[in-house]
Amino acid sequence: MDKTDWIGRDVVSMRDFSKEDIEFVLDVAEALEDELGKKGSLDYARGKILATLFYEPSTRTRLSFESAMHRLGGSVIGFSSASSSSVKKGESLADTIRTVERYSDVIVLRHPLDGAARLAAEVASVPVINAGDGSNQHPTQTLLDLYTIRRAFGRIDGLTIGLLGDLKYGRTVHSLAEALAFYDVELYLISPEILRMPRHIVEELREMGVEVHESTNLEETVPKLDLLYVTRIQRERFPDEEEYMKVRGSYQVNAAVLRNAKESLKVMHPLPRVDEIHPEVDGTGHALYFDQVFSGIPVRMALLGLTLGVL
Amino acid sequence: MAPQNLKVEVISEGTVIDHIPRGNWLKVVEILGLTESNSGTLLIASNVPSKKLGRKDIVKIEGRHLTEEEVNKIALIAPKATVNIVEDYRIVEKFTVEVPDFVEGILRCPNPRCVSNHEAVSPKFHVVSRDPLKLRCHYCERTVEGDDILKNL
Ligand SMILES: [Zn+2]
Repeated sequence: MDKTDWIGRDVVSMRDFSKEDIEFVLDVAEALEDELGKKGSLDYARGKILATLFYEPSTRTRLSFESAMHRLGGSVIGFSSASSSSVKKGESLADTIRTVERYSDVIVLRHPLDGAARLAAEVASVPVINAGDGSNQHPTQTLLDLYTIRRAFGRIDGLTIGLLGDLKYGRTVHSLAEALAFYDVELYLISPEILRMPRHIVEELREMGVEVHESTNLEETVPKLDLLYVTRIQRERFPDEEEYMKVRGSYQVNAAVLRNAKESLKVMHPLPRVDEIHPEVDGTGHALYFDQVFSGIPVRMALLGLTLGVL
Repeated sequence: MAPQNLKVEVISEGTVIDHIPRGNWLKVVEILGLTESNSGTLLIASNVPSKKLGRKDIVKIEGRHLTEEEVNKIALIAPKATVNIVEDYRIVEKFTVEVPDFVEGILRCPNPRCVSNHEAVSPKFHVVSRDPLKLRCHYCERTVEGDDILKNL
């Protein structure tokens, strides 16, 4: 595989990624991060325009893409809420894409409907990068998670990884678990009973050769882990407040929970957090979640640069 | 000739679709667009005893030869169907329905949040398993199986 294979390619779903694709993107991102560190700014995308179409607000993701494009030397146009755009006048997504592709060289789309990015990619002649389509996919989040892990440990193979929180509805953890299945990892799925990982995903992981353990007990599991990936547990998933409070208390990552953790344990979280991770963890060597935010930049630079064909 | 075939009038010329799961004949007729007044006489047999299926439906279309491509459209509701082309009271061609790898325009996506239910685009599915039949929406990536397939045809 080389860079020419990526020119014009859409980034819609992790399902379209082979392990080779993933490794290639991570390699390119790593090289860009190093180069950016040395030079301060790059100009690969000079004269290129990114359009960010955010039909629902996601400030973090949008800023990360826009920052990545600027770091590559390109420029950005776009909108960040559907109410301010032609969408409100009832224009179809397909028509908006056909218009915007004439103003830009690459499109980043965030849309509340499942499958919107696939449709946009079919319509557009410029590459489309999915920044979240409803409850379906958010591939750049998965890639930046993998990048963060590889950067922190120097490898992904051989790690014992815990996924904690809402494993039933959490798109981020589903996608990450499926991508991790390409690697030689052992997975601990830690969640309250009612938020367990869907059976079909657990089966798929096992079929791909991953050793999967399920647990409801965070404290017991923590000492076994090299990495703990924490996600939010949403109140609305619970029938009553009392049940929710009980669960919330027993799944908070704090100094007490980490008392028996390996010294090298790293903790990740896609952010924003509420109180799944106590601030007392922030200053410890375990906290990896702010590095994770930074990883979005090189990974998105790599994807923008590759699909634009400027690297 | 097997006794059960006597239950439906023999046709001189046309297509016989056999081994349709019981109760699905109307869907078959609809999917094949045989409800138009100019599409020839239809002979329907429903709830016919069958060794393979327990009970089955049979649809006979007089005066029209369906192609394999046309008939494959019914694969989702009658994956075990067999098709006989009849000319002058004799079977001149026989084939079985094949579930394709990709299905377009036949099934609606059951996910109300799927973009295919909101934009002017024909729904598309990848066949991920044939037995039991399981499809994945090309857009929202949800899988559809069992009753959900029938309900959304
Ligand atoms: Zn769908």
